[in-house]
Amino acid sequence: MAIDVCARVLIDGAAQGCVLRLWQPISFWGGVDPANGLITQPLHPNFGAEIAGTILALPGMIGSSSSSAIMLELLHNDVAPAALVMAEVDAILGLGVVAAEEIGLNGIPVLQCPIDAFVSGHVATISRGGGIRLGGTG
Amino acid sequence: MSLKLSDVERTWLNDDTAPGRAMAMRLVVRAAEFLGAERMVPIVSAHIDGCLYHGDGGVRFVETLRERGATVSVPSTMNVGALDLGNEERVRADAHFKAMARRQMDAYLDLGCQPSWTCAPYQAGHRPGRGEQVAWGESNAVAFVNSVLGARTERYGDFLDICCAVAGRAPFVGLHRDEGRRANMILDVTGLSPRLKAMDALYPALGAILGAEAGTSVAVIDGLPTDISEDNLKALGAVAASKGAVGLFHVAGRTPEALDVAAVLSDQLPVEVITITAADIRAARDSLSNTRAACLDCLALGSPHFSEAETRRLAALAGGRAFQIPVYICTGRHTMDSIDEDGTRAQLEAQGVEFIVDTCVVVTPILKDLGGVLMTNSGKFAHYATPNTGYDVVFGSLEDCVCSAIAGRVERAEAVWR
Repeated sequence: MAIDVCARVLIDGAAQGCVLRLWQPISFWGGVDPANGLITQPLHPNFGAEIAGTILALPGMIGSSSSSAIMLELLHNDVAPAALVMAEVDAILGLGVVAAEEIGLNGIPVLQCPIDAFVSGHVATISRGGGIRLGGTG
Repeated sequence: MSLKLSDVERTWLNDDTAPGRAMAMRLVVRAAEFLGAERMVPIVSAHIDGCLYHGDGGVRFVETLRERGATVSVPSTMNVGALDLGNEERVRADAHFKAMARRQMDAYLDLGCQPSWTCAPYQAGHRPGRGEQVAWGESNAVAFVNSVLGARTERYGDFLDICCAVAGRAPFVGLHRDEGRRANMILDVTGLSPRLKAMDALYPALGAILGAEAGTSVAVIDGLPTDISEDNLKALGAVAASKGAVGLFHVAGRTPEALDVAAVLSDQLPVEVITITAADIRAARDSLSNTRAACLDCLALGSPHFSEAETRRLAALAGGRAFQIPVYICTGRHTMDSIDEDGTRAQLEAQGVEFIVDTCVVVTPILKDLGGVLMTNSGKFAHYATPNTGYDVVFGSLEDCVCSAIAGRVERAEAVWR
């Protein structure tokens, strides 16, 4: 059974991937390795998970404002998530994506909506305009 | 509700004769749209957090701004870089890393930023006044400039801070506005003993609680002494901004907007009251350590950058005794200038202190081994040291840190926390 969600668009685009739902807010700086996209914050419940290529569902952001820079490096190094879905708007990660686009890299969609229905490992398909289909075959 | 730009702002956005400023405006406008701003606000200063080398993408970004002719339009200090510029060999990184880190730092200077290279610019003379609109990056500096100086900034990330500095504008949202600065949480610490409140190490522990409880909310702390030092407020805010996303806190009777609790409480949002006990403080202190090891490999101090007062206090506590393990003090040129003059620097170096200037041991590879046990009095180091350096962390007061470094093993005074 698929669930359709309509999200607010911060950065528009289409994407498909497996959901990785974070169980706690994270600071990308100090929490995600920009070389390989692994979560490195030791006490984080998603420690060790790989964010590259995922539809990353974030409950919120904490910590350093350098997280924009980590977002840009993840895109630069081709280990970024396929899309970000944020429960709360935070300009920090979105700005990393906009900065990447300014220097000629491909950006990713960044959306805002409640993330309760996002289950790690399930497929999510994002279409332009903020439509998200959870589950199903995409 | 949609964003309205002034005529001049619209002109800048599409100005082919100033492509650097146009690029900066594009980023500021996108951020304003993300945040739901209705207009921009002119700013009077900026603190730029984009000069730490995280990878080649960031270098490309600032060099693109430079190629397009951007320059900052307001006084702009720089946060730490990835190099100790006076001692580049201290950074254990390859030639590519060092060359790119240097290129990045140089490019920011070419945009007109000041070579302050510190995460505590507010202790290096950059002190905007109460009510002034600014655009600051670096989470601890944001917390300090909002809370302790009463200037107004949102939490700006890399790229947005430099773009606000070039454009001279910031999105008029959140902590820039009166209503965004109102507290909807009270941390009641009136029950803590005067002895605990007089202890410097209380403040990182309390900051850990504030960060965990407040998240992005604004809290007012009730019951602290009205003469808390700026160094203690710096320590409190730095942890709160690491453990949570705290950009502003008030301390009743101490910070400029909080004559008392009522002066800063929201009249629109429900207010949550959290009562803090000594047991909560001990639990928060324990949360800042992740090992019970007694052996110790190094001491790391100065996140945010150690002030002159903190450096002199360390010298007084050590009393000329030699340290058995490496002691790293991370600080800025502003502190080095004042401790150079009277010989404090030379004396501490003779005891085994290594001063790390323009950068710090947690943001760039300086520590000698890939792992070990690091002791610190900084809650921010405690939070970031393990993921960034591989070292386990023991948190203690500055007194504990000095005693431990002299003994070469962890020594912590327990009774003072009761």
